[in-house]
Amino acid sequence: MSEPVDSPSSPTFRRRSDTPFFLVMGGISACFIVLILLLLAADVVFTSPSDFIDALRKPEIQAAFRLTILSCSAAAVLSLWVATPLGYLLSRYRFPGRWLVDTLVDIPIVLPPLVLGLSLLILFHLPIFGWELEAWLRDSVGFPVTYQWPAVVLAQFSVACAFAVRTMRVTFDQIDPRAEDVARTLGCTRGQAFMQIALPQAWRGMIAATTIAWARALGEFGPILVFAGATRMRTEVLSTTVFLELSIGQLNAAVAVSLLMVAMAVVVLLILRVLGTGLNA
Amino acid sequence: MIELDNVAIHAGEFSLSGISMQVPRGHYAVLMGRTGRGKTTILESICGLRKVSSGRILIDGVDVTTWLPGDRQIGYVPQDLALFPTLTVAQHLAFALRLRKRPQSEIDDRIAQLAGVLGIKALLGRSVDALSGGESQRVALGRALSFRPAVLLLDEPLSALDESTRAEMHALLKRVKESTGVTTLHVTHSNEEAEVLADQRFELHEGVLREV
Repeated sequence: MSEPVDSPSSPTFRRRSDTPFFLVMGGISACFIVLILLLLAADVVFTSPSDFIDALRKPEIQAAFRLTILSCSAAAVLSLWVATPLGYLLSRYRFPGRWLVDTLVDIPIVLPPLVLGLSLLILFHLPIFGWELEAWLRDSVGFPVTYQWPAVVLAQFSVACAFAVRTMRVTFDQIDPRAEDVARTLGCTRGQAFMQIALPQAWRGMIAATTIAWARALGEFGPILVFAGATRMRTEVLSTTVFLELSIGQLNAAVAVSLLMVAMAVVVLLILRVLGTGLNA
Repeated sequence: MIELDNVAIHAGEFSLSGISMQVPRGHYAVLMGRTGRGKTTILESICGLRKVSSGRILIDGVDVTTWLPGDRQIGYVPQDLALFPTLTVAQHLAFALRLRKRPQSEIDDRIAQLAGVLGIKALLGRSVDALSGGESQRVALGRALSFRPAVLLLDEPLSALDESTRAEMHALLKRVKESTGVTTLHVTHSNEEAEVLADQRFELHEGVLREV
C-alpha cells in the first residue's frame, strides 16, 4: 500500500493568542468612552448640589424648562404625524421623484444649524409681490411666529422631523409588505391595510421616532437663536439658557442647566433601550 | 369561474404574454411549471396585486382587470403565507368579515365552523408567531376562505411542509374542495399533488401556458 499523497507531515504546533486583538480594539474604544465619562464627571465635580438647586430655583430657568418640555413635546408629536406617512411612502412605493424627496428629507440633517435658522427667518419675511408670510400670520391670522414660541417649535420640528422620518422609514422597511398585500386581497383598501396591518406592527418604531425627535429638539440651539431669538421668559429654552448664562458669566448656572439636560437625555436614551427597538443598539 | 384572456404581464426581469386560461366554476385547477417561470406572477395578477399590461381577467364572467384587489372577492394564500403578526388566529379568520361589517354573531359562527373544518379549534386564541408550519398553513387557508370567496388561489401551499403534514393537507384541501365547491387555482411543482387534487391541469413552459 502506497502512502496517501496528502499524508500529514509532522506538524509544527504554534499557539497563538487573541489578546493583542482585544487590547488594540478595546484600547481605541476606551478612549472615546473615557472622554464621555470625563466630560460628565467634570460637570458633576464643577457644580455643587447647592449651586444646582439655586440655578433651578431661578424663575428664568424654570420658565425655560417648562418651554423646553412643551416645545420638544409639540415638535416630537408633530414630527411623528409627518414622519409616519412620509416614512411609509418612502419605504413602500417607487414613485417618480422619490430620490429627490429622499434627498430633501436629509437636508435638515446635514445643513449647518445657523443656516437652517436663517433660512426659516428669510422664508417668513420674504416679500412675494408685497405679501409676506409673517405679516399675514400676524395681522390676518393673529398668530405671530418669528421671535415667539411657535418659532421655537418650528425650528425644533424642522430638524427633529428629518430624524423621525429616517426612523419610521427603517421601521416600515423592516415590516414585511406581503401582509398588507394579503390584507388587500381580503377586502382592504391601501388605507385600511396601512391602518389595520402596518401601523399596529410599527408601534415600537413610532415610540422610537417620537423619542429621537424629542431628543433632537432638546439639543436644538442655532436655529432657535436665529429664528426665535433668546428672549428671557419668552423664547428661552434650556439650550439657550446655557448660552445666556455663559454670556453673563454665570458659569455655575450654565453647568447646572447642562447637567439637567444630560439627565433628560439619559432618560430618553433609557426609554429607547427599554423598548429595544434595535435602532440604538 | 376564472378566465384569463390573452393577458400580458411585465414584471421586472421577465415578461409573460398571450396567457389565456379558463377554469370553470367549481373546478380545481393545478398550475405547474418550473420555479421562477412566473406562476406566482399569474396568481398575483388574478388577485389584483400586480397590474397586467394588456388582456382581460374575468371572475364569474365579470371583467375585474382594473379592479382593486379588495373588490375582487378572491381568497389568496401566498407561498410565504404572510400572516398578520399582531393578530390572533381567531382574528385572522374574522378579519375579512369585519371589513365587510358582518354582525358579530355571524362572525363567531363562521370562526367556529372554519376552525372545525381546518382542525384549529385549539389554536383560536393563540398569536401566530408560535404556530408550526402546518398550523400556519391552515390559518392562512381559513383566512382566505372566511368570506366565502368566488375563487381561491393557492401558491405552493404544501411545499414547506413535511411528508406527513403534507398528506394531512391533501386530505384537507380535498375536503374544502368538496364542501365549498370554490373555484380553485393551485400552483405547485409536485406531480403527486396534481394527481390527488386536480380536475384540470395547466403547465407554464417557456412562457407559454397550455392545458394538459
